[in-house]
Amino acid sequence: MYRIAVIGDADSVLGFQALGLEVCPVNSAEEARQAIHRMARENYAILYLTEQLASQLKSDIARYQDAVTPAIILIPGKEGSLGIGMANVKSAVERAVGADIL
Amino acid sequence: MPSTTINPTRMELTRLKGRLKTAQRGHKLLKDKRDELMKQFMDVVRENRALRKRVEEGLMRAHGSFTVAAALMSPEMLEQSLMYPKQSVELDMTFQNIMSVDVPEYHFKTRSQDPGEVYPYGFAQTSGELDDAVDAMSQVFRDMLKLAEIEKTSQLLAEEIEKTRRRVNALEYVKIPQMEESIKYITMKLDENERANTIRLMKVKDMLLKEAIQERRSEDAKALESFAN
Repeated sequence: MYRIAVIGDADSVLGFQALGLEVCPVNSAEEARQAIHRMARENYAILYLTEQLASQLKSDIARYQDAVTPAIILIPGKEGSLGIGMANVKSAVERAVGADIL
Repeated sequence: MPSTTINPTRMELTRLKGRLKTAQRGHKLLKDKRDELMKQFMDVVRENRALRKRVEEGLMRAHGSFTVAAALMSPEMLEQSLMYPKQSVELDMTFQNIMSVDVPEYHFKTRSQDPGEVYPYGFAQTSGELDDAVDAMSQVFRDMLKLAEIEKTSQLLAEEIEKTRRRVNALEYVKIPQMEESIKYITMKLDENERANTIRLMKVKDMLLKEAIQERRSEDAKALESFAN
C-alpha cells in the first residue's frame, strides 16, 4: 500500500482533502522541505507539490528526480501556474535528446 | 598515437582484437537500445505535455471555484465541510519494464465508486459553488494520477537515455578508435620486426658467403703457389 500526499499552502491543498488525499498544509518552504524528506523515507509514492513552493525547493526536488519513489509532481497552486511544471517536461527532453526538439 | 604504452606482442594483439570485437558488438546493441528508448520517450513526452496542460487547466478551474466558495462561506464553515472526507484512495504500484528501465504503474481504488459520493458535507449549509469546486477537483483527479505516472516515466527514461547516449558516444568516438589505433600500431611494429629479421638474415648470409669465397680464394692461391714450385 502506497500513499499519496499533497503539499502546499493551506488554501491550495484544501480542495484535495475532499477527495480523500492526504494533505500537508505548510506555511514556509522550509516546512515543505522537511515534509518532502520525511515522506520520501516513508512509503509515499506520489507527492503533489505546488509550483509556488517548488520554485524555492529546486535542489530538493532534483534529488528525487531519478528515484522511483516518490514521484514529485508539480501542480499549480491557488495563485496560478508559474510554468515550472511545463519547463520540467522540456528539460527532460533536453536531457534525453540534447536539444529541445518539441 | 596510442595513449598508453602497449606491448607490441602477438598476445597483446589477439587480446585487443577480441576486445575490439566485444566493443563493436556492445556499441551496436547500445545504439539499438538508445533508438528504441528514444522512440518510447517521444511518445511518453507528448502524452505528458498534453496531460499536464489538461491537469493545470482543470486545477485552475477548481481553484477558481474554491475561491468563490471561500468568499461566500466563512473559513471555519468551509474547513469544517471538508474536514472528514467520504472518499478515500488506495494506491498500488507495479512496475513495467521499458528497455530495462523499471517505470512505475499506479493502480488506484477509490472507496466508493459512485461519483456522486464525493461531497463530504450536507447540502443545507454550504454554497453551491463548493459543490462545483469539489466536482471539478474529482474530475481532474484521475488525470492527476495518470500525470504522476507519465511524468515519472519520462524522467526515468530521460535519465536512462542520457546514460545510454554517453556510453554509445564513448564507445564510438573514444574506445573503438583507440583500440583500432593500438591494433594498427602493433601490426606495424610486428611487420617491422619481421622485415628487420629478414634483412638481418640476408646480411648474415652475405657475410658468410663472402667469408666462404675468401677462404676458397686463399686456398686456391695456396694451391697455385705449391703447383708453381
